[in-house]
Amino acid sequence: MKKLLCCAVLALLMLPAYSPCPARAESKELLGAGATFPYPLYSKMFDTYYQAYAVKINYQAIGSGGGIQQLISKTVDFGGTDAFMSEREIKKAEVPILHIPTCLGAVVVTYNLPEKPKLKFTPDVIAGIFLGNITRWDDPRIAAVNPDVKLPGMGILVVHRSDGSGTTFIFSDYLTKVSKDWAFKVGADKSLNWPVGLGAKGNPGVAGLINQTPGAIGYVELIYTTQNNMPAGIIKNKAGNFIEPNIKSTSAAANVDMPDDTRISLTDTAAADGYPISGFTWLIFYKEQKYADRSKEKADELIKLLWWVLHEGQQIAEPMHYAPIPKSAVTKGEQILQSVVYNGVPLLKK
Amino acid sequence: MQRDKFLFRLLKDRLFKTAVSIFSFCSILPLVFILFYITKNGIAVINWQFLTQLPKPVGESGGGISNAIVGTLMLLVVACTLAVPLGISAGIYLAEHKTGKLSYLVRLCVEILHGIPSIVIGIIAYVWIVKPLRTFSAFSGGIALAIMMLPVIVRTAEETLKLIPETLKEASLALGVPYYKTILKVVVPAGLSGLVTGIILSIARVAGETAPLLFTAFGNPFMNLNLFKPVNSLPLLVFNYAASPYPEWHGLAWGASLVLVVFVLLLNFFAKFMTKKWKVRF
Amino acid sequence: METEINTGATGVIDFLESANLKTKRETFDPFTTPESIFRAILYGSALCMVVLLFSVFLTLLIWSLPSIKEFGLRFLVSKTWDPVAGEFGALPFLIGTLITSFLALVISIPFSLSLSIYLGEYAAEGVVPSFLRSAVELLAGVPSVIYGFWGLFILVPVVRAVEVKLGVTPYGVGIATSSLILAVMIIPYSASLGREVLQLVPAELKEAAYSLGATRFEVIRRVILPYVVSGVTAGNILALGRAVGETMAVTMVIGNSNVIPQSIFAPANTMASVIANEFTEATSTLYVSSLVEIGLLLFMVTMIINILGKQIIKKMSVQV
Repeated sequence: MKKLLCCAVLALLMLPAYSPCPARAESKELLGAGATFPYPLYSKMFDTYYQAYAVKINYQAIGSGGGIQQLISKTVDFGGTDAFMSEREIKKAEVPILHIPTCLGAVVVTYNLPEKPKLKFTPDVIAGIFLGNITRWDDPRIAAVNPDVKLPGMGILVVHRSDGSGTTFIFSDYLTKVSKDWAFKVGADKSLNWPVGLGAKGNPGVAGLINQTPGAIGYVELIYTTQNNMPAGIIKNKAGNFIEPNIKSTSAAANVDMPDDTRISLTDTAAADGYPISGFTWLIFYKEQKYADRSKEKADELIKLLWWVLHEGQQIAEPMHYAPIPKSAVTKGEQILQSVVYNGVPLLKK
Repeated sequence: MQRDKFLFRLLKDRLFKTAVSIFSFCSILPLVFILFYITKNGIAVINWQFLTQLPKPVGESGGGISNAIVGTLMLLVVACTLAVPLGISAGIYLAEHKTGKLSYLVRLCVEILHGIPSIVIGIIAYVWIVKPLRTFSAFSGGIALAIMMLPVIVRTAEETLKLIPETLKEASLALGVPYYKTILKVVVPAGLSGLVTGIILSIARVAGETAPLLFTAFGNPFMNLNLFKPVNSLPLLVFNYAASPYPEWHGLAWGASLVLVVFVLLLNFFAKFMTKKWKVRF
Repeated sequence: METEINTGATGVIDFLESANLKTKRETFDPFTTPESIFRAILYGSALCMVVLLFSVFLTLLIWSLPSIKEFGLRFLVSKTWDPVAGEFGALPFLIGTLITSFLALVISIPFSLSLSIYLGEYAAEGVVPSFLRSAVELLAGVPSVIYGFWGLFILVPVVRAVEVKLGVTPYGVGIATSSLILAVMIIPYSASLGREVLQLVPAELKEAAYSLGATRFEVIRRVILPYVVSGVTAGNILALGRAVGETMAVTMVIGNSNVIPQSIFAPANTMASVIANEFTEATSTLYVSSLVEIGLLLFMVTMIINILGKQIIKKMSVQV
């Protein structure tokens, strides 16, 4: 009996030996982490990629801050972030990190009110609410923009992100541009010193909490409101038009000149029919793929995945309510991918 | 007058008894509620598909928690392999050396280790394993859980072995059996039920732990048997899905909770059963 | 040879020697390999525990150094947690932890005390008490994340409804909800410790009181409770230690707000929950270091609480 037990325990211990040894298994799996903003899209994209190429992509949505941090720590193969890395962050990494945009999303202001009215917001009103200056739904400032809506006499509950988020970055970047008060008191970053409100983890957490809390207001990616039947605020853009967040208005916001490294903020866009709180989301990775003990196969798999995301993957964006990236971004992305090297040798032979 | 005073005292006595009984039974109301809701919402979701399929992408219905179940089992196996031999050896040492400076220090350290919050252990496992290995892995998660299991195993091993009469050990030694054989073949088997109970209880403690896995096992939408890759686990799944806005994921979370609770409760029952039935009487 | 057997221990050993069997003397040779290896393993395992604890402490200390150097004692009293500006102060979390843990303790005391008294005095044996005892043990066995999940979906709407009635902002999540769930989670610990100390009361003391005509209530109130007050306090201190370190259930229902809470219905953050939320994404060394420093504080607080509690209980048992 004891001998049998010993054999069983030994067999279990040998389990790791049965599974393919790390070097070989590497090539068929990739690990990514980061933004929750595009998580529904990536979830579908990577599932499709797996069905087509039998490569497992394990993407954990821990927030853009987490994606950047884990890439810098070299614990993941690629990161996802809606906040492109600042010069300071890239310098900290010491080696070049590249960004390619994968899709466009809209950060919408969503809320939970009885009868789900369609509300309009101006930049000042949004800043006022999130700064804690406007605390009731029937405040005259909100009523002024929504004359034909009966606003309930409820308190406003602000919900924001508790984790380091690119969605927060896009949202606060917008507010910094449109409100001097916000720029001074809070600023723009992935994690903020929020003056008011509750924190929830990830886009799903914020959407979930707003859904369950009457009177709540917060900011999430467009898909989270369409999937959960939540209202999205219509926002006045720089040109003075009230724009509804959808794929068309998001794409319109991207009609700008792109820098070569694709790191650009699209908030408060000058485009007349562009939604003012739009943004790219990026996948980030190292330019020199030979680091730690990465094999060439792994680097090849990564480049193949990234190329696929730029091209075939884009067709998945629209059905999932994300806007595909404009042609100019695809071209810039291709150029970036062609510069990725392994031990100095470019990985793509095109 | 005397009689009134006496009746008053009796009244106070009865009132107190009622109050104490009510409060006592109310204490377990939350347990009743939790079990009720988990069963009600979880049973609806559990079927063969649920237990054998992988989770589906966001927004699609169906899917299951098979990778989480396998992941939890993997983590527990790794944790046991590390914690059980080490814990029992330390327990034997403490039982054999009841006094002594090292024993006192070891007991103190075990107490402190037991009280360390699980999130701090997660930080430690991240720093010790994840950063150097440059990858999240089941291995690091297993180590974090092993650190949490150790104090329980050491303590129950020591308690169990202390209860075994010295005469048994002395008789064996007097017959010329070497010390190590005496311990391994006479003392430990005598206390086997207590030791196994301790192991089972420590497993029950860590099976539901989430905090140490947040930065170690990390999570994985696929099935993974490789120790050095990220792995999903039942508590992680419940945590991630509970906070999401998708009703399908909520359903999965209830089902996973039911599986987890049933697993932990079964372990606890089994441990109690073992203590009663297989206890060696002296 | 027959005469030699009857001459005691030496006789036996000589007998065994002459019979060519391995004797006790031979196997006590300290240089015998299996023997010394075994003893070394035992010694080493015990030593491992000490080494483990010190390594944990050292790791936390080393990783907190950047933050300690930068902020010093200011860390404990500053209420700004601003990753953008690189300004980190742990006061909101210290307060959050303090309030939730103490509130949880206060809420749990009547229940755990009642359980100890009921199971210790009124109903020590029988079907119903053992059912109650098992139920309380099961309560301790339910994983933390399940408490959080249940709390999020069942308790939070209830608290929200109460908040609406009271006219407070109906967050639902917040300090009140976390304290309630924490209270439920620590009841089993203080209850079982309470029961243990109650059993330490000498029977003669109780019997003397009963024989003088005291009612059960009076015996409990005037004889037993004063006797065990330090033990029960110790049990509650240990339960407090458990509440302080609790992570998952609290993270899911506390509202994750990094400011000092203004009321018990406000959202907050505890030391444990802020680490859980922000650790994987702390992007600067100072940020990570601040979070690890909070972990270090948590470690020391729980260590002190545990040692204190255990000391009191030891003193109590020695008294007996």
